[in-house]
Amino acid sequence: MGEFTLLTTDACLFALLAVAIVYCLQARRHEHLRAPWREVWRRPVAVGASVVLGAFMLVAVADSIHFESRAGSGDGDVLSALDIALRPLRTGSETTYSAPLAAYAYSRESVVDESGKLTRIYPRLVHGGAHLADPGREHGADVARRAAAGAASGLLGGLALSTLCVLAVARRRNRAPVAAARLLLAGRAGFPWRSLLGVSTALLIVIGICAALAPHYHVFGTDKVGNDVLYQALKSVRTGILIGLLTTLISLPFALALGIAAGYFRGPIDDAVQYLYTTLSSIPGVLLIAAAALMLDVYMTRHAADFDMLAARADLRLLALCAILGITSWTSLCRLLRAEALKLREIEFVVAAQALGVRSTTILRRHLLPNVMHIVMITTVLDFSGLVLAEAALTYIDIGVDPSMDSWGNMINGARLELAREPAVWWSLAAAMSFMFALVLAANLFADAVRDAFDPRLRQFGADRDLPAATRES
Amino acid sequence: MSAYLLRRVLYALPILLGVNLITFLLFFVVNTPDDMARMQLGDRRVTQAAIEKWKVERGYDRPLFWHADAGGVARATDTLFFTSTLQLFSFDFGKSDGGRDIGTDLKQRMGPSLAIAVPVLMLQLVVALAWALLLAWLRGSRFDAWSAVICVAMMSISGLFYIIGGQYLIAKLWRLVPISGYDGGLAAVRFLALPVLVGVLISLGSNVRWYRTVFLEEMGREYVRMARAKGLSDARVMFAHVLRNALIPILTGVVVLLPSLFLGALITEAFFAIPGLGSYTIDAIQAQDFAIVRTMVFLGSLLYILGLLLTDLSYVIADPRVRLE
Repeated sequence: MGEFTLLTTDACLFALLAVAIVYCLQARRHEHLRAPWREVWRRPVAVGASVVLGAFMLVAVADSIHFESRAGSGDGDVLSALDIALRPLRTGSETTYSAPLAAYAYSRESVVDESGKLTRIYPRLVHGGAHLADPGREHGADVARRAAAGAASGLLGGLALSTLCVLAVARRRNRAPVAAARLLLAGRAGFPWRSLLGVSTALLIVIGICAALAPHYHVFGTDKVGNDVLYQALKSVRTGILIGLLTTLISLPFALALGIAAGYFRGPIDDAVQYLYTTLSSIPGVLLIAAAALMLDVYMTRHAADFDMLAARADLRLLALCAILGITSWTSLCRLLRAEALKLREIEFVVAAQALGVRSTTILRRHLLPNVMHIVMITTVLDFSGLVLAEAALTYIDIGVDPSMDSWGNMINGARLELAREPAVWWSLAAAMSFMFALVLAANLFADAVRDAFDPRLRQFGADRDLPAATRES
Repeated sequence: MSAYLLRRVLYALPILLGVNLITFLLFFVVNTPDDMARMQLGDRRVTQAAIEKWKVERGYDRPLFWHADAGGVARATDTLFFTSTLQLFSFDFGKSDGGRDIGTDLKQRMGPSLAIAVPVLMLQLVVALAWALLLAWLRGSRFDAWSAVICVAMMSISGLFYIIGGQYLIAKLWRLVPISGYDGGLAAVRFLALPVLVGVLISLGSNVRWYRTVFLEEMGREYVRMARAKGLSDARVMFAHVLRNALIPILTGVVVLLPSLFLGALITEAFFAIPGLGSYTIDAIQAQDFAIVRTMVFLGSLLYILGLLLTDLSYVIADPRVRLE
């Protein structure tokens, strides 16, 4: 392990985390900030989704703590905490494709056996199933045994967590543990414990199975150059989450400042801002992104000397992509904020502040800004899933993240032609798609709950007025 | 009405000018014509003379915004920005950096793009509206609940999955349609079936949910209760009242899709190797052909503005209370 380094995107992610923590501390102290969140946490679906999101977030943060590796260690130039934790996955590469959990290679190779005869056989893998003496006989049983052990440890972990929660509820409510457990199971403990514990246990079981199999097999197979697909998929989590979060973070200051100012001051400022966002939004987003990405490429080739480190180059490209996506997406938020500010400026407390001679900047900061934050919150969570999906599509047409960066888009892009092989190489695609699906599904479900809880228009009628029964359990 | 239209058209001019300025800044200021010439002509070994020749051929040798040596009005008009903008505004797209005539290319490639986009839009609208109406009518039922689950799941699946999965399952395993390609005339149907199906599926989930919300909002209104109280049948209430009144928000959502109708679903076209405008643009991006990308940006924003205008006009048809002043 070398010296700690901070890439630009790492710094952004940590800054974002810091903001989130400050917000949580604020929200704890102020009832009006707590109320909508309490509404969110009342929903089983939202709680379950946030467990999954939390797990993804954990991976992304672990992957953002970077160390510069020592020269000559044979690793890449920068390693993250996740790389170090997943060392067996990272270093245990094969020569080319291998199917998930396979012990033999994907394609035949010519091998000279002891008697000097040339035969074409499926050779054993270097790492996958290397511990087996006779894979033909032991393979299935070994995989099943390890998977079962992993699942059992995951289940055990889930049960331990459940016991802790039961004890905590029992203590807080002053009940016997058995009574508290019954309360939890019936879903009447005031918080959707069932969903929290159910999703956590399921997640722990999946992690347990992977953790038990990963040191000895390639759980999702290997790609063209023999790298472990599970490792790639995990590394891609950070890229997806960064694009989803940083884009909004970058566009937020513009949208907030311009939107509120336009709505509050009206007149020429309003005209100018409206002109700006109409112009920007009338350019087809993909084309603007493509044009900007093209320019970035040209710039980087011209200033190649400034980007000597591969990771720094990919990092800057990622940041630029976020910035470009932010520029194309801030207009819709700006429009919403302007409309809200137009409404707010006529409300009594703003009029009163004006009459008392409060300065405009103070009015904007103290009276308007806090009252539009719910729109910001809703837009941020709603946009997140779309941005994660957009990354994959943009990478496909070569205007997304750097090809050297681990991302689901790059995984799909590299693997999509391999379906035509016989037998089809499906595992890279399957891994990227299922990771992306899990993250986006969780984000969508969470966003729904946040929108319903924060949107005052919906709150008036009772937040779950038109929600189907399936999402309203308990 | 005509005064309104005139004002809208006049309002569109500065916006188009702004769009042009942005693309111009992106293409010519960040990246000088010399860099472009180098990129088009190949490597660094290219001579300065060849670069100058390339620039003169395309008129890129003029100054960007201000021609100090020229006299009078020519100071502002004999510049790269002025001429290239004027050309675009008069729909004279000129030649691509690769030397082909952009106008002819556009005409050729418009057909395939529309052949995908129009059926997708129509089918999408019909399927999503029918499903959403059914959900609004049967709200709170088990069908409604499961549809919500399916819709969220469909929204969470990457569009790439539909494309790749469709190609693998329908074209490769079942061999019902060709994997990719295009053909003129009636033979095109075989090539178009899969892209259209994928195009409908990609945004079905979010559309159904959005339409359902719109319908439910309308169904909570008093005129619906009144219509029921009068004893109208459910079908009549849903089609004649709810659907009709929900048209305004629905139209707003549909017209935004107009530029994509013209540009084609960029990614779908590229995956299915359909020679439409979408794949044209992607090819241009990958070949770094600035003239084509600039033209497409201009056309895309023109269509967007046209779409906004059409939205306003369609409001008048959908809702007699709306007057355009």
